[in-house]
Amino acid sequence: MQENMQSGAPVNHLIACPDCDLLQHETMLAPGEQSRCARCDTVLGRRPYGGIDRPLACTLAAVVSFAIANTYPVMALQLQGHRIEATLIFAVEKMYQQGMPAVALLVLFTSVLAPALRLGTLAYLLISLRFGYAVPSFGRLFRLVQEIAPWVMIEVLMLGALVSLVKLGHVATATPGLGLWALAATMWLLATISDSMDECDLWQRYEAAFGDTRVRMEPAR
Amino acid sequence: MNASLTYPARQAASQNLATCSTCGLLSRLPPNASTRVFCPRCTTPLHLRKPNSIARTWALLLTAYLLYIPANLLPVMDSTSLGITQKDTILSGVVYLWTTGDQLLAVIVFIASIVVPLVKLLSLTILVISVQRRWRWQSVQRAKLFWLLDLVGKWSMLDIYVATLLVALVHFGTIKLAEADNGAIAFGAVVVITLFAAKSFDPRLMWDSSEPDDETV
Repeated sequence: MQENMQSGAPVNHLIACPDCDLLQHETMLAPGEQSRCARCDTVLGRRPYGGIDRPLACTLAAVVSFAIANTYPVMALQLQGHRIEATLIFAVEKMYQQGMPAVALLVLFTSVLAPALRLGTLAYLLISLRFGYAVPSFGRLFRLVQEIAPWVMIEVLMLGALVSLVKLGHVATATPGLGLWALAATMWLLATISDSMDECDLWQRYEAAFGDTRVRMEPAR
Repeated sequence: MNASLTYPARQAASQNLATCSTCGLLSRLPPNASTRVFCPRCTTPLHLRKPNSIARTWALLLTAYLLYIPANLLPVMDSTSLGITQKDTILSGVVYLWTTGDQLLAVIVFIASIVVPLVKLLSLTILVISVQRRWRWQSVQRAKLFWLLDLVGKWSMLDIYVATLLVALVHFGTIKLAEADNGAIAFGAVVVITLFAAKSFDPRLMWDSSEPDDETV
């Protein structure tokens, strides 16, 4: 280890609430149970049913549906014989061409890049863990998956598409495209991934794949 | 640095224990932590509290307040119909929706684009002040408020997406019937900066001023 880097000493059997820092005993959870902070009620740990297979299956399905959402038009507009179809990328491109690169970039990031990055990284990590491979920079990649989560705004985009459909419906015939249905599926799958992710089990698998490198210490008195 | 003097006894920080923000592992920081300390399990940098939380949150909040003005005063969308160009701000867009009969849509856009950003900015401001003033009351409610504002923040992106989709669809060859305007830039900036402001605020600070006898468990 470099001299400007130090690692903390892990403390077993104790956890602190991430939102209020109350020190409390770690409880062993049975599948389906969850534990909450005794003071501020934040969820401390969850053991969803289905282990790693459910989030993995949902992630792979979401990769497919998100790929469809990006290749097929989200919606189409018909007016006096003209028909225009717009995919997400096409919409971003139009925004860029109109001299709005900052807005175009924001839309591109929150509706295409961030979800793709989250799903792709998650698929890689979950597949590796499922089959017991040790990913060299697992910690860093998992951190990326978590940090990018607030920037994935598929559900907002869905509502935006519905609002646009109604607005456009006043001037012309607006129809949802295959891309919009795929986007709805992705939205549902993303929510299911978060709900079914058993992070405790994930880190146990990670430690099993790597061998437990942690230094064991007695719980603090 | 004697951390146990500055934190109430039941806080993990009082025993120099830090929770990893990525994997949740609790670790004891070395007593003479002058260098950067990393989580032994996932190598994420460890901190007892988010660094410079209050100063960063204030800076981002003030920027967001400043940008909130052009975001609401400048037009976000120019639409052309029968040769007449109409410039719509967020609010006039809502009014237009309401008067043309889409009351439900008007309410949705009003909440997402006007109520959510303002409520998020104001409640985050109250939370930061509550930490600086070392308020001890309503800690649970303040914690819930933070959880809520973290949850609703992204919905203010709604208008940006609507503008993007409309712009892409409403053009025929060289004729553009809808164009995004400068308000959209300011509005997008408000959403992004507010997201960063909420991220830089450390909710654990709200519990650092409580005394043991204040707490009921």
